[in-house]
Amino acid sequence: MSSGQSSAPALAPVHGENEQPQVTYTEFHPRWYRPQISTYWWLGKWPYVKFILRELTSVAVAWTVAVMLMQIFALTHSGAFYDGFEALMALPVMILVNFIAFAFLVFHSVTWFNLAPKAMAVRVGGKRVHGILISGPQYLAWIAVSAIVLFILATRT
Amino acid sequence: MSIPKTITLEVSRYSPERDPQPYFQSYEVPVKKEWVILDALNYIKDQIDGTLTFRWSCRMGICGSCGYTINNEPKLGCATFLTQYGRGPIRIEPLRNFPVVRDLVVEIGEFLEKLKKVKPWLIHEDGNGTGEYLQTPSQLEEFRQHSMCINCLLCYSACPISGLDPIFVGPAALALAHRYNKDSRDQGADERMAILSHPEGIWGCTFVGECTRVCPKHVDPAGAIQQYKIAGAIDGLKQFLMPWGQKGKQPKREAQKS
Amino acid sequence: MVNKETEPIFWSLFSAGGVVAGLFLPIELLIFGIAIPLEWMHQPSYPALLALVHSPITRIYLFVLCSLPLFHFAHRFRYTLYDGLQIKHLNEVVFACCYGIAILGTVTAGYLLLTM
Ligand code: SF4
Ligand code: FES
Repeated sequence: MSSGQSSAPALAPVHGENEQPQVTYTEFHPRWYRPQISTYWWLGKWPYVKFILRELTSVAVAWTVAVMLMQIFALTHSGAFYDGFEALMALPVMILVNFIAFAFLVFHSVTWFNLAPKAMAVRVGGKRVHGILISGPQYLAWIAVSAIVLFILATRT
Repeated sequence: MSIPKTITLEVSRYSPERDPQPYFQSYEVPVKKEWVILDALNYIKDQIDGTLTFRWSCRMGICGSCGYTINNEPKLGCATFLTQYGRGPIRIEPLRNFPVVRDLVVEIGEFLEKLKKVKPWLIHEDGNGTGEYLQTPSQLEEFRQHSMCINCLLCYSACPISGLDPIFVGPAALALAHRYNKDSRDQGADERMAILSHPEGIWGCTFVGECTRVCPKHVDPAGAIQQYKIAGAIDGLKQFLMPWGQKGKQPKREAQKS
Repeated sequence: MVNKETEPIFWSLFSAGGVVAGLFLPIELLIFGIAIPLEWMHQPSYPALLALVHSPITRIYLFVLCSLPLFHFAHRFRYTLYDGLQIKHLNEVVFACCYGIAILGTVTAGYLLLTM
C-alpha cells in the first residue's frame, strides 16, 4: 500500500462527452478522489482562525523588537535622535499600530501561558499536576515582571 | 424540546467509476431520540438506497471505523446523536485529508504505513517482548491516556498540517510513539527519536490543537507531541553541545536486530 | 537547512523566545508605544534613560529582549507562511529571510549595546 500515492492519479475526467461511462476495474480502487485544500483553509473554521491569529502574533513580536531597536539606536546616538524617536512614536498612525501590536502581544502571552501545561506533563507523586499550577505561576511572573519594569522606569528616569 | 419527526441527511456520494467528483444526495430519515448518525445511515442503506457505502462495525466507539465529517466536524457516527442537530439538515461527508474511495469510505493505507514507522510496540533489550515486565499503577498512569486511541482518524481529519503535507506523520501516530516512549517497559525512545525528530515528524506540528479537541477518546495528541518536542529539543541540544557523548547511543540495539 | 539536526535547536530558540516575548514585550510596548505617547506617563528624561541603559544589567536585558523574540518570530512566521500560503517550494527563501531578520536584529542589538 505504500505505493498508494503514485497509484492515485490526480482526478481526471472519467468519461468524455457523449461517451458511455467506461467502467474499468483495477486491482484495487480505480480512482480515488483527492480533494484539494484551499489556500484559505484557515478561514474555514473558528479554531483555525484563532490558530492563524495566534501564529501571526509573531509579526507583532518582530514589530516590537524593531521599535526597541530604533529606540536603542536613537538613545545611544544623541538627544536629538531620541526626540526624533519620541516624535515618531507620538504619530497617531504609530499609536494605532502599536495598539494593534499590543493586542496581539497580549494574545501571544495568554495563548502561550495557557498552552504550556499541555506541553509539560509534570507529575508529582504519580499524578499529573493540574494545568493551573503550571500556567498560574507564569501569569504571576508576567504581572511581577511588568510591575518591576514599570517601577524601574518610573523611579529611575 | 420537541423532536422533529424526520430530518434530512445530505450525504456525500462518490462513485469512482462514474463521478468526476463527489456530490450531495438528500435522504429523509425518521428521528428517534436514541438514534445516532450511524443508525440513520443504516436506515438509508436498508430502506432507501442500498448503494450508500460507509464503514462501521462496533456501534460503540471502540472499533474506530465510523469516522465521518458531520456538519464540518470530524465525529464518530456511532457517538453522535441525531437530536443534537435540531431540525437539520445534517451534512455527512467522508473524513477530510484522506483520498475518498467511495461515498463515505476513505483510503487509510498511508496512515497504516505511518503507524508502522513509529514502531508502536515494546522495544526491550532482552528479546522480542516475550518476557514478563512489571509495572506499577503510577507507571501505567504516565501513558495510559495516550494509549486509548482507537485509530478513528478524526484527528487527522481535523489537522490542517496533515492535509497540507501528506507525509507528515500526524497526530495519532506521534501520540502512539509518545505512549511507548513513556512506557516503563520500553527502551525504544532513542530509536523512535531517530525517526521522529524530523521535519515530517514532531517538528512538522505547529500545535493547532484541533486533534485534541476532536479526539473522542481524550488521547490528547497535541499535548503528546509538544511533550515529545521538549524531549526532542533536549536530545538535540545535547547532541549539538556535546556530540562526543552521543556516539553509540543510536545503534544501541543494532546488534540484536532480526 | 531544515533538517533533523537543526530543527531541535531552532525550536528551542523559538520556545525560549516565546517565553521572553510573552513575559516582557507587552509591558515594553505598552510603555513606550502607547502610554508615553498618549501622556499616560511622563516622558522619561533623556540623560536618566541613557544612564539606565548604560548599566550592564540593562544591556544584557535589552540584548536578550531583542534577540530571542526574533528567533521566536523567525520560526513561527516561517511555518505560518508554509502552511497559510502553501509555499513549501519556497522553503529555502522563506527560511533565509526569517532567520536573516533574526540574525540581523541580534547583531544590530549587540553592536549598539556594546559600542554605546
Ligand atoms: S488520537 Fe483520538 S482522534 Fe486520533 S485516531 Fe486516536 S482516538 Fe481517533
Ligand atoms: S462503529 Fe465502531 S467506533 Fe463507531
